[in-house]
Amino acid sequence: MLKKLLPVVALSAALIGIPGQGVADDDPIRIGSFLSVSGPASYLGDPQRKTLELFIERINENGGVLGRELEWQYYDDAGAANEARTFARRLIAQDRSDIVIGGTTTGATMAAAELFQRQQVPFISLAGAVVVVEPVKEWVFKTPETDRMAARQVFADMQQRGISKIGLISGTGGFGASGREQAHKVADEFGIEIVMDETYSPDDSDMTAQLTRIRGNDEVEAIFNFDFGQAPAIVTRNYADLGIELPLYQSHGVASEGYLDLAGSAAEGVRLPVSPILVAELLPDSDPQKAPAMEYLEAYRAEYGEKPSAFGGYSYDALMLAVDAIERAGSTDPQAVRDALEATSDFQGVTGTFNMGPDDHMGLDIESSFRMVEIKDGTWSLLDQ
Amino acid sequence: MAEFLQFLVTGITIGCTFALVALGFCLVYNASHVINFAQGDFVMVGGMSAVFIMSSGVPMWLALVLAVLIGGALGALLYKGGIQPAKNADAIQLIIITVGAALFIRGVAHVIWGTGYFSMPGFTGDTPIRFLGVVMVPQSLWVIGVTVGIVTALALFFTRTRLGKAVLATSYNRDAAKLMGIDTGMILVLSFGLAGLLGAVAGVIMTPITFTNYEIGVMLGLKGFVASVLGGLGSFVGAVAGGLILGLTEAMMAGYISSDYKDAVAFVLILLILFFMPSGLFGQRGVERV
Amino acid sequence: MSGNMTAPVRGGRKTNWKDVVFSPRYGGLATLLLVLLATPLFIEGLYQFDIAILVLINATVVIALNLLVGYAGQVSLGHAAFFGLGGYATAVLTTRYDWPSLLALAAGVVLVAAIAAVMARPILRLKGYYLAMATLGLGMIIYLIITQETWLTGGPDGMSVGALEVFGYTVFDELVWYWILAGLLLVMYWLAVNIVESPVGRALRALHGSEIAADNSGVNVTHYKTLVFVLSAGVAALMGGLYAFYSGFIAPNTAGFMHSIELVVMVVLGGMASLVGSIVGAALLTILPQYLVVFSEYEWLVYGLILMLMMIFMPRGFVPTLHGLIRRVLG
Repeated sequence: MLKKLLPVVALSAALIGIPGQGVADDDPIRIGSFLSVSGPASYLGDPQRKTLELFIERINENGGVLGRELEWQYYDDAGAANEARTFARRLIAQDRSDIVIGGTTTGATMAAAELFQRQQVPFISLAGAVVVVEPVKEWVFKTPETDRMAARQVFADMQQRGISKIGLISGTGGFGASGREQAHKVADEFGIEIVMDETYSPDDSDMTAQLTRIRGNDEVEAIFNFDFGQAPAIVTRNYADLGIELPLYQSHGVASEGYLDLAGSAAEGVRLPVSPILVAELLPDSDPQKAPAMEYLEAYRAEYGEKPSAFGGYSYDALMLAVDAIERAGSTDPQAVRDALEATSDFQGVTGTFNMGPDDHMGLDIESSFRMVEIKDGTWSLLDQ
Repeated sequence: MAEFLQFLVTGITIGCTFALVALGFCLVYNASHVINFAQGDFVMVGGMSAVFIMSSGVPMWLALVLAVLIGGALGALLYKGGIQPAKNADAIQLIIITVGAALFIRGVAHVIWGTGYFSMPGFTGDTPIRFLGVVMVPQSLWVIGVTVGIVTALALFFTRTRLGKAVLATSYNRDAAKLMGIDTGMILVLSFGLAGLLGAVAGVIMTPITFTNYEIGVMLGLKGFVASVLGGLGSFVGAVAGGLILGLTEAMMAGYISSDYKDAVAFVLILLILFFMPSGLFGQRGVERV
Repeated sequence: MSGNMTAPVRGGRKTNWKDVVFSPRYGGLATLLLVLLATPLFIEGLYQFDIAILVLINATVVIALNLLVGYAGQVSLGHAAFFGLGGYATAVLTTRYDWPSLLALAAGVVLVAAIAAVMARPILRLKGYYLAMATLGLGMIIYLIITQETWLTGGPDGMSVGALEVFGYTVFDELVWYWILAGLLLVMYWLAVNIVESPVGRALRALHGSEIAADNSGVNVTHYKTLVFVLSAGVAALMGGLYAFYSGFIAPNTAGFMHSIELVVMVVLGGMASLVGSIVGAALLTILPQYLVVFSEYEWLVYGLILMLMMIFMPRGFVPTLHGLIRRVLG
């Protein structure tokens, strides 16, 4: 009886996949990722997957890191925080990742963050919200600009134009809700008052009603739409159809070619802060982001036949930061890599210049990471600042 | 007043798209008593096919027709490949088959078309029409017009044609219909095919306004289901009424009160209606079908 | 459909060994106990225990849901909302109002049970898809409140939850969690077997057959339906609360429509009106996606296909089909 059972046990153990032990120096460096490749945030997660896939392959073609090959394992969390948590566990315990890059959304990142803290594995998040790095978590880093920075950048531009009363319209998804909160927090700093505050669900297909309400308030001098995905393009179209004359601002959440395609001519005159990668070709050669951004852009375009988005750029920077930290650490020892990441200084990424420190695990400043652009003739044009 | 009219126009346009999805639910329900959770994905397939056929250089009108036909074929295929082989399964098993089919269709769309959002130009341009202080895009008129056209065509089909009457007979009593010499198998294929066709029509007419994406069917399926139950399952009038009520509630809530809870208000409304009218607005009373 | 497989060992008939082995009360419970005891021997590490723990949580919820769907024949498309609400109640009370863990857990269960009790009467009057719609609506309202009230729930991005503390002891270790939840699953299973085989259970099964007949035979239909509805909602809330503690984080999608569908699929895939089926269904649908990741972009396509094929070829569910097969072989 027992004999009969043995193969069954062996098979189930094999199926569950009890991992082998022992790490030698010529073992590959294991990079793990959990990304929202499908689901409501696939708009962000898909370019991130493409970016990591492409550049890890390229690094390997060029001899890897520390003479070791990079091995990449990714999972699709479909934008669900609980899935993300399980995959993070899998990456840590099963795949024994040396470093993890991922967490497309803030929810996915926060669901997994505590795990990286507890298990002491370096983790670079691709999520936007401030909460990821505030308060600082020892093992958690991130590459995207925060939504607070985006709000500040937009409000600074409004202030310059003498705008003081605005209507805010945002989505109720994670990105929009967090952006809305930050916009309310920092508006005062720029003497801006949010006199209308409208929301819509991320799946809504028409925001005419909300915009009509904003238009009905005579005090409003400008409209600010904080969200990502397709909804801001609908807002832009509805805004143009309604013939609203007020200036329209978008957030960095629409910073992709997709927005230009969807919104079409309605987007003329829209202003927004964007990652340098989006305007790489327009940047002067003296700009420190010009070189890395062009390199990323050209490689990505050659492979996928489309221009990369800012979201892909976040994962590019995360990968390059990880590689840089591992090289400086001289090993994949988690503590050493973490310390090296934290000591990152003057690193020129495509999102900006990173200067990390014990109390700053993002390390971006507004000046290097955001460029204010206006949409003219169907494309981005840099605003002089 | 202009504001009210604006919300009204917006609500009716959104409502029409919900109504078209609800009509698809209705067709399938009548024929097979199945709630087809892949109905929203027919809409997605219609829109996405149209966009991609057009991008390959096919003239718009031909692309639209092809996309609609693809939707119809997909509907018939769902019946042939998923529902018919399950033979005598109960309603709940059939529903899960449609859930599986929805995931499958979405998965295929993800692989073929990726995760981006796509748009296409309005059938007759995108220059907004202004009238009495109300603004609407010409495509809204198409949405409303096509919905009215489809409802009329369906009404004529079910009351004036032999085939339509055969479908109705099958929905009332499949065994009796069989005895009367109606090819009920064919009727079922036809109903699913029509539902796919209808979904694809909804997809192509709304894409210029709402854009399309491989996952857009999730939300549309849910709203369409809500609209069809609200109106009373199996009732075509009910499906249209349900869709319009849902669309108008959303627009009026967003316009007059706040958007934060507009979806929740729609669901409260549905609960209240069901509490007082347990078979929806136009559903047959006292007939237990499930 | 609830027929042979769950048939209790009747007193009048001579019981043979097969009836005992295949009875949910003896065979089922013994097998479950063995599997639960043996599993920790074969798994190790954070991740494998995580999957095992998720299976236990889902199985407990699904058993209770099966009482409602499989036995009482009332489809709920909003059950995840009870799970989520239980989780959020616990999360909010412990982190924002510093309540002790167990008290918060209990409060979540009471809150959800109360909502279910109040809503039971008008909702359970409805039939078939209308009932499904009403539960869906109730679930969506709860879900939307959770996503909207950011100040309380953290909104769409979710919120962190502290660890479970029981009498000064903090439950952190995966193995401890495993035993706690395994114990709960056993209790739930035992409870469900007793309910199913009690007069109440027979009344429930009568409901699934024909309500009018049940009514005529003097069974108080409304009463029992309400009871099962409240019970299944309460169990979902309890498990939701424990899930929040265990994972240290809770997000709105735990209360969402897709999660509700997933729970119902677990019931049907495992086998309606089969308690062992509920456990198998929960395990299958929890573990399956973990293997499907090898398909990468094709993951959802394959998942949908498997769902369809299983329902086409095993409409009665996994366990009843298998059970029927074994019985036929044994004669």
